[in-house]
Amino acid sequence: MIWNEPVECASSTKIKDIQSRYLKKLVSNLWKNSPVYRSKLNAYGIKPAQIKSIDDIKRLPFTVKDDLRDSYPFGLFTNFDKTAEIHVSSGTTGNPTVVGYTKEDIKLWSEVIARSLACSGAEPGDMIQVAYGYGLFTGGLGLHYGALEMGLKVIPTSSGQTKRQLKLMTDFKPRILACTPSYALFMLDEARALGMDPRKSSWEIGVFGAEPWSESMRHQIEHSWNMLATDIYGLSEIIGPGVAQECTHKIGLHLQWDVFFPEVIDPKTGKEVKEGERGELVITTLTKQGIPLLRYRTRDIVTITYDKCQCGRTTPRISKILGRTDDMLIIRGINVFPSQIEYVLLKIEGTLPHYLLVVDRKNNLDILEVWVEVDEKMFSDEIKQLRAFENQIKKEIENVLGIDVLVKLVEPKTIERSEGKAKRVIDKRKI
Amino acid sequence: MTHIQLSIFLENKKGRLYDVCSFLGKQGINIRALTVAESDNFGVLRIVVKDPHHAAVVLKENGFVVHETEVVAVEVDDKPGGLSKVLEAISKHNINVEYMYGFVEPAIKKAMMIFRFDDPAKAVNALKEDKVRVVSKKDLGDL
Repeated sequence: MIWNEPVECASSTKIKDIQSRYLKKLVSNLWKNSPVYRSKLNAYGIKPAQIKSIDDIKRLPFTVKDDLRDSYPFGLFTNFDKTAEIHVSSGTTGNPTVVGYTKEDIKLWSEVIARSLACSGAEPGDMIQVAYGYGLFTGGLGLHYGALEMGLKVIPTSSGQTKRQLKLMTDFKPRILACTPSYALFMLDEARALGMDPRKSSWEIGVFGAEPWSESMRHQIEHSWNMLATDIYGLSEIIGPGVAQECTHKIGLHLQWDVFFPEVIDPKTGKEVKEGERGELVITTLTKQGIPLLRYRTRDIVTITYDKCQCGRTTPRISKILGRTDDMLIIRGINVFPSQIEYVLLKIEGTLPHYLLVVDRKNNLDILEVWVEVDEKMFSDEIKQLRAFENQIKKEIENVLGIDVLVKLVEPKTIERSEGKAKRVIDKRKI
Repeated sequence: MTHIQLSIFLENKKGRLYDVCSFLGKQGINIRALTVAESDNFGVLRIVVKDPHHAAVVLKENGFVVHETEVVAVEVDDKPGGLSKVLEAISKHNINVEYMYGFVEPAIKKAMMIFRFDDPAKAVNALKEDKVRVVSKKDLGDL
């Protein structure tokens, strides 16, 4: 089914009208309520009256992740008193990225997720197992709100406890599974170890996201679990999951453009690329109230097409994420920046030691190893001190990232030096 | 009356201990006593040599991470109960031992123990008070 046919199948003229109306309102709202944006607009010499249609969006300044960091924690909240919920994701250094939702934003989130679930093939009355993490991470609660909105029966299992996930699936027979694609594969091994036949699972539809995954992973999931595996896209800065979602034809992710205006630009020049060409996805949240963002640089590389889909929806479709314009890694669905680890090491050490991040996937779970070269300053003749040091690095990195890491002390010069930029990451995962 | 022990960081990979020892051999540095402490991913080689400062310099020049630590060498009678006499003195004075290791000198029929105390100076005084023979730099070097 199509959840919101009048919008999802609207003509581009009608959508443009909606977008133009929203954009005008957004800019005047920011002018009035956001000191950060007012000074940005001033710097660009733009007055709200100059924004007459969605085409004027190109005159507006970009927003980057650092803008969120610089205004930590609540500087970009335009309506703090009306904040209903706050989520936190990783920042590039030091402080996390804070996002706030008003009640209207939660409604919007529920709406776009309901559209996404319907897009994946869900029907009201279906049962859904939400195995994304619940909590500060937007995955769990986002899918939860949307599933409620759609009238699904929700099993909020959250992530982890795989045996219990499989038992509840076997006993309750949910039709839909929502989790990271790597977790879907991880559960596969566990199911086989328990003597289950995964092809007989109750899951018919998977709504998988929060990390990049390939067609070969899709094939493996679909074949092994005997289910349809669809891709959901989102980022907490915009709203969380629900920005875009594949339909059952699996030819691109339908982006909810009446509320999230997409542009695909050349990251170097900032100019729009031609339709179908690779570029950085930029999104303006046209109706968000908590932290509305103008032309937010997602750093995700995609292509976009505005052709009508076989499913009947007229929403533009983005490709799967083809890469990043920065060095962000996604580990178990969590965004990780090498700069975050640098920040921790610098804080502990006083100077930055040579380090390397080694990412691998073992049994379908991502493993992050942090190699740190030992120097005389941190070295001790006592094992317990070295272990305490190792442990301190581990704890502090885990505090910042929110995921487990393995810290390994290595001898000096073990980590390869290259001319110019040091190699900080080895990603061995075969996605 | 204390000695400088060199501690060398060893990554847990094949041949690292050999690399250090063969390097020392080529430099003409004789290891008087040695122990390896290990963790999951790394180890620490602790050695006592005749001229630790010189050895530390050449090791560092060649990329090893070296830590110089003050330790105390104690002579122990090479017979049953020899070590317990020393430990009794230590425990009586409430001195903490971080770690220790021993070696035997067949030439003089004595066993030597290297102690790493949290407070080496206090330990030396306490041991002397209890008539435990603390080995001087010269004696250790001459062995």
